[in-house]
Amino acid sequence: MGKVTPTDVTNPDYFHKVVDCQWACPAHTPVPAYIRHIANGEYTEAYLVNRASNVFPGILGRVCDRPCEPACRRTRVEEKAVAICRLKRVAADHKDDIKDRLPKKPKKTNGKRIALIGAGPASFTVANDLAPLGYECTIFEKLSKPGGLMRSNIPAFRLPEDVLMEELGYILDMGVELKLNSPVESMSSLLNEGYDAVFVGTGAPKGKNLDLPGRWDAKEGIHIGIDWLESVAFEHADKIGKEVLIIGVGNTAMDCCRTSLRLGAGSVKVMARKPREFFKASVWELEDAEEENVDILVNHSPKAFITEKGKLVGMSFDIMEYDIDETGRITDQRITGETTLPCTDVILAIGQENAFPWIEKDAGIEFDKWSVPIVDKVTFESTKSGVFFGGDSAFGPKNIIWAVEHGHQAAISIRNHCQGVELTNRKPDEVELKSTKMGMFEWRYSNAYDGSERRKMEHIDLVDRFKKLDTEVELGFSAEQIATEVQRCLNCDIQTVFDAPKCTECDACVDICPVECLTITPNAESEDALRAALPSGEAPEGQALYVSMDLPLTGRVMIKDENICVHCGLCAERCPTAAWDMAEGIVTIPHAQDQDYAEAAE
Amino acid sequence: MTSFVKPRIDRKNAPVNSLGLKRQDYDGAMSTLCAGCGHDSVTAAMATAFYELAIEPHKAVKVSGIGCSSKTTAYFLKEAHGANTVHGRMPSFATGAMAANAALTYIGVSGDGDSLSIGIGQMIHAMRRNANMVYVLENNGVYGLTKGQFSASADIGSIAKKGTVNEQPPLDPCIMALAAGATFVARSFSGDRKQLVPLIKAGLKHKGFAIIDVISPCVSFNDHKGSTKSYAHTYKYYHKAVHADYIPPTDEIMTSYDEGETMSVELHDGGKILLKKLDPNYDPTSQASAFSKIMESKASNEILTGLLYIDDTKEDMATQNNLEARPLNQVPYTELNPGPKALKALQAGWK
Ligand SMILES: Cc1cc2nc3c(=O)[nH]c(=O)nc-3n(C[C@H](O)[C@H](O)[C@H](O)COP(=O)(O)OP(=O)(O)OC[C@H]3O[C@@H](n4cnc5c(N)ncnc54)[C@H](O)[C@@H]3O)c2cc1C
Ligand SMILES: Cc1ncc(C[n+]2csc(CCOP(=O)(O)OP(=O)(O)O)c2C)c(N)n1
Ligand code: SF4
Ligand code: SF4
Ligand code: SF4
Ligand SMILES: [Mg+2]
Repeated sequence: MGKVTPTDVTNPDYFHKVVDCQWACPAHTPVPAYIRHIANGEYTEAYLVNRASNVFPGILGRVCDRPCEPACRRTRVEEKAVAICRLKRVAADHKDDIKDRLPKKPKKTNGKRIALIGAGPASFTVANDLAPLGYECTIFEKLSKPGGLMRSNIPAFRLPEDVLMEELGYILDMGVELKLNSPVESMSSLLNEGYDAVFVGTGAPKGKNLDLPGRWDAKEGIHIGIDWLESVAFEHADKIGKEVLIIGVGNTAMDCCRTSLRLGAGSVKVMARKPREFFKASVWELEDAEEENVDILVNHSPKAFITEKGKLVGMSFDIMEYDIDETGRITDQRITGETTLPCTDVILAIGQENAFPWIEKDAGIEFDKWSVPIVDKVTFESTKSGVFFGGDSAFGPKNIIWAVEHGHQAAISIRNHCQGVELTNRKPDEVELKSTKMGMFEWRYSNAYDGSERRKMEHIDLVDRFKKLDTEVELGFSAEQIATEVQRCLNCDIQTVFDAPKCTECDACVDICPVECLTITPNAESEDALRAALPSGEAPEGQALYVSMDLPLTGRVMIKDENICVHCGLCAERCPTAAWDMAEGIVTIPHAQDQDYAEAAE
Repeated sequence: MTSFVKPRIDRKNAPVNSLGLKRQDYDGAMSTLCAGCGHDSVTAAMATAFYELAIEPHKAVKVSGIGCSSKTTAYFLKEAHGANTVHGRMPSFATGAMAANAALTYIGVSGDGDSLSIGIGQMIHAMRRNANMVYVLENNGVYGLTKGQFSASADIGSIAKKGTVNEQPPLDPCIMALAAGATFVARSFSGDRKQLVPLIKAGLKHKGFAIIDVISPCVSFNDHKGSTKSYAHTYKYYHKAVHADYIPPTDEIMTSYDEGETMSVELHDGGKILLKKLDPNYDPTSQASAFSKIMESKASNEILTGLLYIDDTKEDMATQNNLEARPLNQVPYTELNPGPKALKALQAGWK
C-alpha cells in the first residue's frame, strides 16, 4: 500500500503559500513582517519593507486592488480580513524622511541605455530597479505629467497628487530621465536610436465605445469614461450636466460617478446590466460610492441613446430578468420590459483595451488575432529580442500592483539581456527560517490571539467632501485604530516547524490547538484519507496538508491542516520536547539587483 | 505550569453535534498539568466522547479524588456539575449523588494512587454495587502530584527516576474489577484516542459500573528509560485485543468482518456495543475468558487493551436497591417528607 510522502518544507513555495496575503500579492509584499514593524512603532522600517516589494506603499496604501485581503487567513476565523492595505498607508503616513535609506543615483553609469515608453507604474518600477545599478533610463511620456492612469484616471479624492509625486520623485532622484509631452509615434524610429533595450509600459489606453442607435446623433454629452476622467484630471473639463447616467459597474464606473458628483451633477445613476453579485467593482468601491448617494440600478441593458435636435435627452434600456443556478451562474435571460431615463450626460465605463497604432507592422513585434502583443509570461520579452512589455500593455488592463510586479520581472530580463545572460537564468525564490523562541512562553512576536474586529476607516463628512475635487475622502487610521488593527494580523509568516524525531506522541499539541488543525494518525495511501483523520471538517481546498516523517515511537505521522492554523504558537508552547517550533519564514523574492552574477565591467 | 490560555476561536465551518454544540463547548479551564502529561490527552478524549454522544454538559456530573489525574475534572465540560472530593473518596461521593439524582450521567476520574492505595476499598465497593458510572483510572505508576513515589500499580522491576527499583507486585485494576463484579472492564492508553474515545462512549452508555484503566504517562516523573509506564514502553508493548464501538439505537450495524471476529452486545437503551476482536476464540462476555486472557498477556509482557469484559444484563445499583428514579429535587416535598404520622407508622413496623 502506498503512503503519502512527507511534506518537503524546503520548497520555498511551501511556507510562502501559508502566508496567504503575501502569496496572493502579485509583488509578494511581506505583509505580516511590515505589520509587526508598525506594531513596534517602526513606521520607516515598515515603509521600506513595503517599498522593496511594491515600490509605491503610499499610493498602494490608498488605492491598491488588494488581492491580499480576500485571501487573508483572518477571514477563516471571523468576518473581515485584516486592513492590510490601510496599514500600508499608515506606514507611509508616519514614516520619517527616508531619502538616505534609498538607493542613490550611481556616480557612474554602465553605459547601457534603456528606453521606457509611458510614465505609469510599470515603467517607473523598471527604472527603480535598474537606475541604481547604473543603467541609463529614459522615460517617454505623452502627457504633461507623469504617473500614467494613477495621475490621469484615479481621482485625487482617492489618491492625492502630493502622495503620487513623492513616490515618483524617489525614483526620478535615482537619475532617471523623464521626457514629458513626448509621445513615441514610431517604434521603428525609436529602435533605430540604438537603445540597449526598450520597455513598453503604455497601458491599455483605449476606452470601449457603445455603438447603439443614436450614439452619433448627439453632438455632446456622451463620454468615454477613461478619457473623461483624464480631461477632468488635466482640468480640461470642470463641470457636467445635472442628470448623469454611468454605463457599467466596474471600478472605472465608480470613479466616474463620484467625480460627476464633485463636478455639480444633481443625480447620478450607475446602470448595471446584471444583478449585484455580478458587479465587477470591488466591494469597498461600491460601498464608497453608495455612501455618496449614488444610485445603482440593476438589470438595465442599454438599448438606445435618445436625442432631440442633436442634444442628448435620455437613454432607453431593456429590463432584464435572469435565471441563476445554485452555483451562481446565469442559465437563461429574458427581456421583461423597457424603460427610458432622462439624462444630460452618459459616461461609458465598460472597459479598456490595448492599442498600439505607433508600432509598425514590420517592427518585428508580433500581435495575436486580438491585436494583443505576444509577450512571454516569465521574461516579459516580446517576439523581438530586447523589446519588453509590462503593466496593462502586456496582457490587458489589470492594476497597479500587477504593473509593479511586471516591472520587477522585466527589469531582471533587461539586466540579463544587457549582460548577455539567458533571460530565463533567474535567481529562484528562497525561504529562510529563524526560530522566534526567546524563552518559556516567550516569542519574538505577539502570538496571543486577539479577537478584535476590523477597525473602520473614517471618512470626511459628506458636506465637506464635495467642496473641492481633490479633498481626500479617507482620513487614515487613528493611533488607537492602528494599535488594534495590527494585533488582528495572525502572523502567518511565523511558521509551525516540526521536528519529527523529537516527538513522543503525547498529543499535547493536538489538544491545545484552538482550531483542531493537528492530529497524529497512521499514514495512509492518499492525502484525502489522511485528512479524514482531522476533526476540522474543512474542505481540502486552498492550503496544503502538512505530513511529517514517520514518528519514532509508532511510525505514525503528524499531520496539520495549514488552512486553519492561526499561528498562535500554542502547539510549540505546549510541546514538552520542543518538537514544534515557531520560526519566522523570510521569503526572498529576488529582483534585478539580486541576480547572481557580476556585471561585466564597462 | 502554564501561563497562557487556549483562546476560544470560532472558525468557519467548525463541525457541530446533534445539539448544535461545537467540540470546544465541551472544553473546560486551561490545564495546569505538565505539558505532555497523558492525563491531558485523556481529558480531551473524555470531552470528545461527551461531544460525540451529544450529552448536554449540564446533565453530566464529574467527580474525582486527589492527584494530578483527579485535578482534570476542571479541564473539561465546564458547564457540568462536579466535585474534587477527599483523597480516595470519590466513589462514595458519586454513589450518594447517584442516589439523589439517577437522571444525570456520571463520570469519575481517579489515579492509580487515589484508587489503588488510599481509595481501594471505596473503588471495590462501587464495583460490587454496580453503580452506574464510568470510572476512568488514569494510571501512571506513580503519585504524580506528590512528585513521583511508586504507586501500587508500579510493575516489578520498573525503575524510578532516581534509580530505585520496584520489587512489590502491582495491583491490576482490571483483575480486581472482574473479581469484584464490575460489569464493564476495559484498558486503554492515553496515546490511542481512536480506541479510547469509543470505549468511553460505550462505558457512558453501559448501565452499570464501567472501569477504564488508562495507561497515562507522567512526563515529569515516570517517562524515562526503565519505566514500564513511559510513552515509549507503552507504545512498544501495547496490544489491542478488542475494539468496542457504541452503536446508537437508531443506527444499524454495518460490518464486513468475518464471523467470530465481531460480536455485538445489546444495551439497556436499545443501542449496541459492537466488539471487534483480534482473537476469534476470545469471548469478552465471559468473566473466565477475560480473566485468563489478561493473565496470559501479563505472562508475555503485553499490555492487553480494549473492552476486556462486558455484561449489560446485571442490574445496576439503583435497580437492585429500588432507588427513586426521579431526581430528588423533582419529588414533591410532601412525598419526600410525609410528616410525623408516616414516620411513626414506619417505626411501628420495626418494633
Ligand atoms: C478609472 C480607473 C481607475 C483605476 N483605479 C485603480 C485603483 O484604484 N487601483 C489599482 O490598482 N488600479 C486602478 N486602475 C488600473 C491602473 O491604473 C492601471 O492598471 C495601471 O496604472 C497600469 O499601469 P501601466 O504602467 O501599465 O500603465 P498606465 O498607468 O496606463 O500608464 C501608461 C502611460 O503611458 C502613456 N503612453 C501611452 N502611449 C504612449 C506613447 N505612445 N508614448 C508615450 N507615452 C504613452 C500614457 O499617457 C500613460 O501615462 C484604474 C484604472 C482606471 C481606468
Ligand atoms: C489523605 C491524603 N493523604 C495523602 C495525600 C497526598 N497525596 C496527594 S495526591 C497523592 C497521590 C496521587 O496519586 P495518583 O492518584 O496516582 O495521581 P497522579 O498525580 O499520579 O495522577 C497523595 C498521596 C493527600 N492529599 N491526602
Ligand atoms: S492574518 Fe496577517 S499574515 Fe495572515 S493573511 Fe491576514 S494579513 Fe496576512
Ligand atoms: S500555531 Fe499550533 S496551536 Fe496554533 S493554530 Fe497553528 S497548529 Fe494550532
Ligand atoms: S506536544 Fe510535542 S511531543 Fe507531544 S505530540 Fe505534540 S509534537 Fe509530539
Ligand atoms: Mg498516578
